[in-house]
This record gives sequence, structure tokens and C-alpha cells, in this order.
Amino acid sequence: MSKHDERDWEIGTMHRRRLLKCMAWAGTGVVWTMVGGVPRPFNLMDTAAAAAGFSFVQISDSHIGFDKPANPNVKGTLQETIDKIKALAPQPAFMLHTGDITHLSKPAEFDDAEQIIKGAGLDVHFVPGEHDVIDDNGKSYLDRFGKGATGSGWYSFDANGVHFIALINVLNFKPGGLGNLGAEQIAWLEQDVKGLSASTPIVILAHMPLWTIYADWGWGTGDAAEALSHVKRFGSVTVLNGHIHQIVQKVEGNITFQTARSTAYPQPEAGKAKAPGPLAVPADQLKHMLGLRSLTYAEGAHPLAIADTQLAG
Amino acid sequence: MFAMQFNRGQPQRAPHAPHVGRPLLAAAAFVALLAIGASPPASADEKTIEISNFSFVPAQLTVPVGTTVTWVNKDEEPHVVAESDTLFKSHALDTGDKFSFTFTTAGSFKYFCTIHAHMVGTIVVQ
Repeated sequence: MSKHDERDWEIGTMHRRRLLKCMAWAGTGVVWTMVGGVPRPFNLMDTAAAAAGFSFVQISDSHIGFDKPANPNVKGTLQETIDKIKALAPQPAFMLHTGDITHLSKPAEFDDAEQIIKGAGLDVHFVPGEHDVIDDNGKSYLDRFGKGATGSGWYSFDANGVHFIALINVLNFKPGGLGNLGAEQIAWLEQDVKGLSASTPIVILAHMPLWTIYADWGWGTGDAAEALSHVKRFGSVTVLNGHIHQIVQKVEGNITFQTARSTAYPQPEAGKAKAPGPLAVPADQLKHMLGLRSLTYAEGAHPLAIADTQLAG
Repeated sequence: MFAMQFNRGQPQRAPHAPHVGRPLLAAAAFVALLAIGASPPASADEKTIEISNFSFVPAQLTVPVGTTVTWVNKDEEPHVVAESDTLFKSHALDTGDKFSFTFTTAGSFKYFCTIHAHMVGTIVVQ
């Protein structure tokens, strides 16, 4: 079941406890959507609206190259994730990877990750994590995945009426700081969305959370607020992040923030350990803490319908 | 290093030490310590900083000019050690990897991990 910080939920008159009970169903793969602030079940199989819309998947933090006790076989769990994606019906239109593709930015790690992910047979849109840009400021990441990107690797694209924006917030860290977007990227973002009508659904992907979840562990982006000010006017904004290897959610007006599970290993909840390092759990629990996410856009439905699936079962 | 040599049945006189004063006495003490199994004292111009639980231990360190500081990563996550004004930067340090830098000028040097920027430390060189 996804964990989320109760304090960050603001769902109008819906009683928080009842909402949490409803959210427990999310673990079984039922898709929930919210209309007018009220959650409603949205079954992918038997709704005409779903047939008219399209779906895509998000995976994150595959950390190919990691080999410590928390998961000695990250290639295996990534492969299992891809197998689950291949079994989805209907098939997603494409895949998003929200970064930390590799563990140490090594060429062999990039090779292995690409090889496994390619097996899904889908177009993949990546953003790098801080583990993908070690030593060379992102050069090897860009060489592989930077086609069509600007600056240090940001880009946008449109699919089925939805505008996707990929941001880089893992370069040029300041000492003691959180993730960083930088003035040039924020200026680009402002221009990128300028001509769009407010009814265009927006999806933003970036590796580090675009809101401050836990500053002591660097879980946040210092200049995110400035960037998000340029999308506040839109009716539906979905922010998809990775980095923390667990699901945390926040709703702020028309913006829904979601971090994602890793396909490699879990991390402790905010402040519940000395540090945000790899969390070793009993073998039978590992695959309950890894997973993928399926998102569906149906025209007229706001926001996107989101289904998080665990690797187990 | 000089050794005492004994012929069977006939103790030999220790080599006559000319008047060289303290350095020779210090050397003798050093050898004696080795002989009884004690470890030689750590070099005064080397210091180690451990990287563990996403922090530098110790986070504040004061050393004399000429000290070589070695960072050792004990975490299961890689870290990169970089000085704020690009004086030095390590490659990616996986578990067990080390990086050393010799401080040849006095000053206060702030450094951090470029992967996990909330990890910071300072070395004051006097």
C-alpha cells in the first residue's frame, strides 16, 4: 500500500480516514481517479472513456550496477518489471524512466539497462538521476539519451493531447543544497508552456522531488517553486518524480505530485533511519516494495488516473 | 636500523655509538618499540575522514599545512568528495574506495558530496 504523509492531503470535504481506506485498494491494481476532488473508481477494463484515452507507464531508480545486500540482483528485478509491462492490457503507449538508471554512470551499466528496458518494445523517455551524471557532468547520459534535448538535457513532447515536460534537477548542486533546476532551464520552461491553453494536461517528469519532502536528506528541489509557478494556471498538472524509492504523494490545487517505487531497492521513510541509504528487508518483502506505475489519460477526466503495482504477485 | 649480533657463547659488545645525540636515541627507541611488537606512531601529517551514514566523520577537522587527508567510503551508496571552489574533486567512491588530498596552503576549505549535496564538511588548515 502506498504510504503518504497525511498532512499533505487536502481533499476538500472528503474525510481523510475514509480516503485512506479507499486508497488501500490501490495496491490491488484498481485505478482511482479524482473528479472534482472526490475519488471514484476508474476501472480500465470496462469504461468507454478509458478506451478513448491512452496510458503510459513510469519506472524509476533501476540502479543497474548496484550489488549490495538490499538487492544483489537489480538486473533481475528490472527484467521482472519489464515483463510485467509487457503483460499489460491494453499496452501502454510509451514508458517514462525518472532517473538513476545506473548506479555509477558506468558504460556497462548504461548498456545493461538499455538492453533490458528495450525488451519492453516501447519508446522510452528518460531523465537522469544523480547516479547517472557522476564524474562527467552528464556527458555519457546525454550521449545516449539526450537526442533532441536542450541545455543539460531538458525537453518536452506532446502525446495524445498531453504535454510532457522533462526536467533535469541533478546537476550543479550547491553544497548543502537540494536538487537544482537553474535559471536557464526555468526560463526555457516558461517559454515552453507559454502558448498552451490552460486545459492542456501537463505531465512533468524530474528525478528529484519537485517539492520538499525532507530537507535533511536532500529530498527536494531548491528552485522548484519558481518553475511550478509557470504551470499553476493549467487545469491538470501531474508531477512524476523518483529518487526516494518509495511512494509519497501531495496534491496542491491542480498539481498532483507523485514519487515512485524503485525497481531496485527500497529506502527508509523520511527520518526513520540515520540516512537515506539502501534498506535491506527480508527476502519475501523486497518485491512488495518495488514496482511500476501505470497512468491513464481519458479526455475530459482530470487528473490522470494512476495505478501503482508492486513487483510481487 | 641496526641489529645486535651475538656470536655463540660470546656476547659481543654493542657497536660503539659516536656522539650523535637525540636522533640516534630516537631511532633506538623506535627499533625497541618494533622489537616488542608495538606499532609505530601514525604519521603526524595524515588524517582519515570516514564517510558513513551519508555524513563525513569528523565533519569539522583542523590540520596543519602539509597534511594529507584521506576520505574512506563506508556507505553502501557511492559518494563524490568535492571542494566548493573546485580545489579538489574525487572520482565516484564506491564502498571501500578512498580519495586523498594534501593541503599545502592554509585556509578554511568547505567540501560536499556532489551526488548528495546535503553532505558537507570543513577542513581548516593552519
